[in-house]
Amino acid sequence: MGGWAIAVHGGAGVDPNLPNQRQEQAKQLLTRCLNLGISALRSSHSAIDVVELVRELETDPLFNSGRGSALTAEGTVEMEASIMDGCGRRCGAVSGVTTVKNPISLARLVMDKSPHSYLAFSGAEEFAKQQGVEMVDNDYFITEDNVGMLKLAKEANSILFDYRIPTLGMESSCSAAVENPLQMNGLPISIYAPETVGCVVVDSQGRCAAATSTGGLMNKMAGRIGDSPMIGAGTYAGELCGVSCTGEGEAIIRGTLARDVAAVMEYMGLGLQEAVDYVIKKRLDHGFAGMIAVSSKGEVAYGFNSIGMFRACATEDGFMEVAIWE
Amino acid sequence: MGWAIALHGGAGDIPRSMPPERREPREAALRHCLQIGVDAIKAGRSPLDVVELVVRELEDNPHFNAGRGSVLTSNGTVEMEACVMVGDTKKCGAVSGLTTVKNAVSLARLVMEKTPHIYLGFDGAEQFAREQGVETLDSSHFITPENVERLKQAKEANKVQIDYTQPIQRVEEEEESASLPNGDSQIGTVGCVAVDSSGNLAAATSTGGLVNKMAGRIGDTPIIGAGTYANSLCAISATGKGEAIIRATVGRDVAALMEYKGLSLEKAAAYVVGECAPIGTVGLVAVSANGQVTMPFNTNGMFRACATEDGYTHVGIWQD
Repeated sequence: MGGWAIAVHGGAGVDPNLPNQRQEQAKQLLTRCLNLGISALRSSHSAIDVVELVRELETDPLFNSGRGSALTAEGTVEMEASIMDGCGRRCGAVSGVTTVKNPISLARLVMDKSPHSYLAFSGAEEFAKQQGVEMVDNDYFITEDNVGMLKLAKEANSILFDYRIPTLGMESSCSAAVENPLQMNGLPISIYAPETVGCVVVDSQGRCAAATSTGGLMNKMAGRIGDSPMIGAGTYAGELCGVSCTGEGEAIIRGTLARDVAAVMEYMGLGLQEAVDYVIKKRLDHGFAGMIAVSSKGEVAYGFNSIGMFRACATEDGFMEVAIWE
Repeated sequence: MGWAIALHGGAGDIPRSMPPERREPREAALRHCLQIGVDAIKAGRSPLDVVELVVRELEDNPHFNAGRGSVLTSNGTVEMEACVMVGDTKKCGAVSGLTTVKNAVSLARLVMEKTPHIYLGFDGAEQFAREQGVETLDSSHFITPENVERLKQAKEANKVQIDYTQPIQRVEEEEESASLPNGDSQIGTVGCVAVDSSGNLAAATSTGGLVNKMAGRIGDTPIIGAGTYANSLCAISATGKGEAIIRATVGRDVAALMEYKGLSLEKAAAYVVGECAPIGTVGLVAVSANGQVTMPFNTNGMFRACATEDGYTHVGIWQD
């Protein structure tokens, strides 16, 4: 046991009819990011530095973070992210970011350079200016694909998690999903795949870290904050493990998913994979989500109860996997 | 079994030398809010209703750092946040960055009940408030002369202040009291937890945050599992240094210890407060499904009050 390990994800809940070309693109992006992380780990970079590679996932428009983020009901982008260093459990988070090219790096600056651990909206933007991070117009983050998706979501008059995912027990067709949304919090909502991105790392010193970044829900209310910037929900890292979650934000928050993985390890002595399985099985009441996790012992694990999760992982002893489906 | 209720007006470095003219109104407020809560439980109101109305009362009271009487940001404005959570369904609602909403806790409840989301912040939250027709006031309503003075002193001392109940001490004295590594501390939060005689639980927390905080700073109060948490076993509302409460996931951990290690409410809460956060950083109030109550803190003091169905009541500030 021991040694480094790394995992990255591009979201839980994937359209079974996703065109092969897009599946390949996703796998290539995940592989590229994984390899970046692996070289950094081989050069003995610390876990907290390595997880910041989420920047690469933000910059690429493929997934729902940074460029390529889902749009609010107003057609704008509001991004959020969080990062946690298992060493000392320091953390940083941002929400409502509209002009900062890499929200995860801003979250890191909140952790390292501010007296606080979470900044949002114009306060976060102000801090970004002071820190001199790269800033762009909100348009930069908006892709044609997502403008189209938003229109569809509004037509369905529902929060769109992912219109391409069929509801359970129905034929896979877009219209079926849109016409027959599931209920969530008593309001109509479709099963979704928000394609949040994340990374978890344990370095060769056994230090864990986690990072998560997202544009949030398609057609969300302006000002809506999800699980990604919420320590204990979408992101957590402690002495024993690092966890990043993705899926139905509200369910992840209620289940305090990321913290629970660590809590069952700490308080019930479960191993990493057992803990992940336990949390996915027992902590997601009526919700769909997935997660990646690493342990201080150099293990990597993932779990999801959705249809598919974009993921890639590797450990120092040579194990490597890039996958989408079960 | 039986009902129980507990509320707090903030944990921190509360000096025993606090003069009566500062102490008495706060004690009276705690008693008053406790009575309101007890009457509501006895009248059969749900725990969610009870925690909301008690926290509303605390928000309206200018002596506590929530609603009116909120501490000020570095810009001299108020940015309020709050959270509610219901134990049996784990439904929750949270808001941050409010500037005109009279009762943040009630808006948090509306987020939970009237939107598909859990958490709304800043402009989006204010917009939602207007759509819902909740009571809004000019931000000057929330600003008290005491807090204007406090901010002035904080700026002069050029730091973020941990304890809003006392004037800024000189630097030498500061080093003796609970020190402030990253300035991300939170005291004077208000909160309430309640359980009815059927074991239904709810928690609510509300705050103005830290004196001289950066605009946009969010603390532990609206973070589910940190400052506020409820499930079918217990309900918790925490107060103290925001950073410490977030990284120790205080609310969730009390419940997790009960669930995963079988600890009692009292032992779980004592463990979290005693072992999971540095001295001087956290206090909490908690009730369990079977009617127990506990109010531990590792700070100098915590404004608090509780009552249980068997007639026990307690109002306190320092360790007894």
